[in-house]
Amino acid sequence: MKADPGLYAFSPYRDRPKIVWPGGKQVAVWVAPNLEYYEIDPPAHPKRKAWTKPHPDVVGYSHRDHSNRVAHWRMADVMSAHGFPGSVSLSVALCQHHPAVVADGVARGWEFFSHGIYNTRYAYDMDEAQERAIIEDSIRTVREATGQSIRGWLAPALTHTERTLDLIAEYGLDYTCDLYHDDQPQRVHTKSGDLISMPYSLEVNDHYGFFVYNMSPREYADTLVRQYRRLADEGGTVMCIPLHAYLIGQPHRIGPFADALREIAADGRAWATTAGEIADAWRAQQ
Amino acid sequence: MNLDPSHLEYPHRHDGYDHDLYPWSALKDRPPVRWPRGSVAIWLCVDLEYFPLTPSDTPFRAPGHMQTAYPDYRHYTAREYGTRIGFYRLLDAFAKVGVTASIACNSAIAERYPAIIADIVAAGHEIIAHSTDMNGTIASGLPEDDERALIATSLDTLERVSGTRPQGWLSIARSQSWNTPRLLREAGVRYACDWVNDELPYRFTNGLINLPLNHELSDRQIITVQQQSADSYAQSIRDAFDWLAAEGSREGGGRMLPLNLTPYIMGLPYRIDAFEALLRDLAGRAEAWFASGGQIVDAWDAQQ
Repeated sequence: MKADPGLYAFSPYRDRPKIVWPGGKQVAVWVAPNLEYYEIDPPAHPKRKAWTKPHPDVVGYSHRDHSNRVAHWRMADVMSAHGFPGSVSLSVALCQHHPAVVADGVARGWEFFSHGIYNTRYAYDMDEAQERAIIEDSIRTVREATGQSIRGWLAPALTHTERTLDLIAEYGLDYTCDLYHDDQPQRVHTKSGDLISMPYSLEVNDHYGFFVYNMSPREYADTLVRQYRRLADEGGTVMCIPLHAYLIGQPHRIGPFADALREIAADGRAWATTAGEIADAWRAQQ
Repeated sequence: MNLDPSHLEYPHRHDGYDHDLYPWSALKDRPPVRWPRGSVAIWLCVDLEYFPLTPSDTPFRAPGHMQTAYPDYRHYTAREYGTRIGFYRLLDAFAKVGVTASIACNSAIAERYPAIIADIVAAGHEIIAHSTDMNGTIASGLPEDDERALIATSLDTLERVSGTRPQGWLSIARSQSWNTPRLLREAGVRYACDWVNDELPYRFTNGLINLPLNHELSDRQIITVQQQSADSYAQSIRDAFDWLAAEGSREGGGRMLPLNLTPYIMGLPYRIDAFEALLRDLAGRAEAWFASGGQIVDAWDAQQ
C-alpha cells in the first residue's frame, strides 16, 4: 500500500493556460447516466456487501430495477429535449439483461464507457488476470452491443486496485472518471498509454444530492444551476451531471431536473457534449 | 489473497432478469391503462403499526422501533401518539376532502384497539394486512413455517375483527424472503405492495399482483430520512402530480401517485396543516382519482 498513489502532478488552478471549448463556449457540460444492473443474489465479496439485508433486498434491488422498467426513458427524454447527449456509465451485463435500454441509448447517439460487469461485483482483491478479464469483457461486450469501442472507465461501484489505471491505459482507453481532484481534464501517470482524468463532478451526482446531502428535488436542481453558473463564469471548465434514472427519474424529481437542464441550455455558455469529445478537444490544446 | 474465481462467473447473465420472480417489461411499451375517472390514481396508504416495548432483531429490527435500553418509553409512547392522535388527524383529513384510502394495519392493532378498525370500516377505507406487530419482520433466514404462521395470523385476525379478509399485503419495511411471494399466494393474498420497481401494477410469475408503493415519495423517506419539512414534502408531491398528469396526458395512459403515510410522522400538529392543504389542492385537480389499493388493482386487472 502507498500513502501517496502518485496519480498526477501537482498543478494549482491559478495561472493555467486557458482552455478554449468549441464555439467559444465556457463550460463543457456532459451528462453521465449510469445504466446499471445490480444482481439480486451476487456472490459475497470479502470487502463489501452488495446489499444491507439478506437477499433478496427487496427495496434495494427493486429501487434500482425502476430504472430499467420506467425511469430510463423518462430521464433520457428530458435530456434529449434539452439537447444533452448521454455518456453512459454502463454495467456491461445490461447489454444481456435488458438490451432495449442499451439500444435506446444507441438510438439517441449516446457514448458508452464501462462501469464494470455488474454494479454488484467489486474489483478489490482482483489479481491482474481477473482485472484484464473484466476490461476485455467490457470492450468486447460494448462493441457487440453498440458498435462502439469504449474510451472510458468508471470502476464498478467505484472499486479499484492499484493497477486499474495502468491496465485501462494499456488497453487504449483514454479517460478515467474515477479521480475527483480537478474541474479540468488532467494527465494521469500510468506505465503506458495516455490516460486523462475526466471530471465527473461526484459532488453533484444525484446520489450525493439526495442521499448524502438530503436535498429536495428543487434544491438539487438549484445546485446543478449554481455549479454550472460558477464553472461558466470561470471558463475553460468541465461539468459533469452524473445520474441514475431510478433517482432523477422519480416523479417528484424529474420536473425540477428538466427545469435545470432548460436553464443551463438557455444560458448560452454551455457546450453540451460527451466525455469523448471533451477528451479530444482538450488533447488538441496540449 | 486473490478473489475467488466465482466473482468472475456470471451464471444468470442472459436476457431478462437474474431471477424468475417476475418478467421484465417497460412501462412505456404496455397498453395504456385507463382509470374510472381522471388520469392519476392517488393512492393514500397509511401504515398503522404497534411497536412492542420489547423489540425483536430477528430477522431485523423494524424502522421506527425502540432505540434506547429497556424500557424505551420515549419511542413506545411516541409511536402510540401516532395511533391515538395522528391517525385520527389523517382520518379527518381524508373525510374533509371525501377520499378513500388504504390502511396497512398490523393485526395487533385489531387485537388491541378494535374501535380503530370499526372507525376505518365505517369510513369506507380498505384494510391491507401489514404483518402482526412491528416485531413481525420478514427476511430470508426466517423459518418458512414461522413466516407462514405470521402471514396467517395477520390475515385471520384482521378478517375476524374487520369482517373482511384483506386482499392486499404490505411487509414491514417492504422486506420479503425468497418464500414470501409463494406464501402470500398460498394464503390467498391478491396483491402485495413491497416491490418499488414500477409505477403501475404488474403480475409476478406466480400470479401475485405487485402494486408498487413508492418508498421515495413516503413521509418516512422525505421527512424522517431526508430531513425535509412538511412544506418541502408537499412541494415534492405537487411536482410529482404535475409531472404524472402531464406524462399521462402526453402518452395517453393512466399513472399512479402512491402516498405512503405514517401517523407518528405526518400526524403531528405542525405538519398536518401542510398535508391537509396538499390534499385539498390535489382533490381539486381534474386529473386526480383517489382510490384504495384494491380499487386500483381492480381497475388495472379488468384491462389485462
